[in-house]
Amino acid sequence: MSIIFYPFQATGRAVLGFLRALGAISLFGAQALWAILIPPYYPGQLIRQMFRIGYLSLPVVGLTALFTGAALALNIYTGGSRFNAEQFVPNIVALGIVRELGPVIAAIMIAGRVSSGIAAEIGAMRATEQIDALHTLATDPVRYLIAPRVLAGLLVLPPLVVIADIIGIMGGFMVGTLRLDFVGAIYIQNTWDILEPFDVISGLIKAGVFGVLLTLMGCYHGFNAQGGAQGVGRATTDAMVSAAVLIIAANFLLTSAFV
Amino acid sequence: MSQAPNSPATKIRWSNVCKRFGDKTVLNGLNLEAKEGRSLVVIGGSGTGKSVLLKCALGLLAPDKGRVEIDGKAVKAGRHDDPGIAQIGMLFQSGALFDSLPVWENVAFRLIQHDKVKRSDAKARAIAALGQVELGADAGEKFPNELSGGMLKRAALARAIVSKPKILFFDEPTTGLDPITADVINHLIRQQVSELGATAVSITHDMASMRVIADDVAMIDQGEIRWQGELSTIDACENERVRAFITAGQHG
Repeated sequence: MSIIFYPFQATGRAVLGFLRALGAISLFGAQALWAILIPPYYPGQLIRQMFRIGYLSLPVVGLTALFTGAALALNIYTGGSRFNAEQFVPNIVALGIVRELGPVIAAIMIAGRVSSGIAAEIGAMRATEQIDALHTLATDPVRYLIAPRVLAGLLVLPPLVVIADIIGIMGGFMVGTLRLDFVGAIYIQNTWDILEPFDVISGLIKAGVFGVLLTLMGCYHGFNAQGGAQGVGRATTDAMVSAAVLIIAANFLLTSAFV
Repeated sequence: MSQAPNSPATKIRWSNVCKRFGDKTVLNGLNLEAKEGRSLVVIGGSGTGKSVLLKCALGLLAPDKGRVEIDGKAVKAGRHDDPGIAQIGMLFQSGALFDSLPVWENVAFRLIQHDKVKRSDAKARAIAALGQVELGADAGEKFPNELSGGMLKRAALARAIVSKPKILFFDEPTTGLDPITADVINHLIRQQVSELGATAVSITHDMASMRVIADDVAMIDQGEIRWQGELSTIDACENERVRAFITAGQHG
């Protein structure tokens, strides 16, 4: 008899587990937001995190954007040539990069570097009682560790995405002019003409949201890591996977809102 | 309860503290007092609830039942700004120094981040505290991963005492150290507790450590205090569990 109910039990357990995690992450996020808004602040920590999340992510973001823009130009040219629309390569590359691929690709790459790194660092601090030590030194771990990282994510992702946009469009430009025989000046003119301010703004809003999500996931999974080295490893993987899934889901919701 | 004349006041009181993790009862209605200005050592085997007892007093864990009081006021769990918790300096079993900071900044962490002491002044006080535990200024410039186990414990002790706390907690202070280094750490702890006039609570299963550090001893077993008395009375204690514990390792 009870075997009949196994699928329902398993589904119920999964749903309850998901809701519990959602509630815990929401509370954690609210704590982090409160700590960002209300002093004391730790500007040294914020600057350090902005450097680590922002500046040190430049190479990976730049390279990814360059090749994404280049591949996008080739694909649009191939597809466009089937109905004589090759001339729209600059326009579609620009729109695709600025509205969609720039923010998403940059965020996913930074999630791979940063979310897992944050989870590993904070998880190791949890395993070696350093977070407990903060508490005994009259310092709120959420204010000292979490708030600067989440705020840094919010502040550095938009400029990183602007850089990714520019480099991505450059990738398309290089392929367009060097391989597809576009005239450079016309390519740039078409790119410039198609873009509207809101295309850029919507990408920057996405970047800010993604920055919060990817740092929050790293912090949440690291802060709640249990079980020594194995727990830290699990937190690292969970942080990366949950950040990537949330970025993709949030991208859909934001795109739906902006269209 | 009336206080005996000349008896020190109670600084920390655990009253009927219960704590469970899942099905496992770790603290089972534990009652214990730490007297002001005295050094209490809690002994007990692994998994008997020693660390949980300390974590409840530090506000790192909330008791399921009962309460912990410091100066007669209940400790609020999760509140790093609780006035009782703010009086505590803690030496963790692993040292728990921050990997990302040099040793002197670890020692000065509370001075800089909480007490808002100028960095140069905080550094001078940190170097002085390192000197008190027989570490030179050069050790202060190193990172924790560059120190030996004994040096790490000394640096963590310096961090615990630098702000001259009224209460000191020591979690297994000699675990993982060789006997000579452990003896040095024990004597440093005793010296610092005496100089500060602080109330100290240590948890250990190291009997040599107990004999150097303690004024008073309590034995915890299965989440309850089985025996409590002055160090001088422990060898005459007739409690079987205590006798078994303090004589273990003396045979063969």
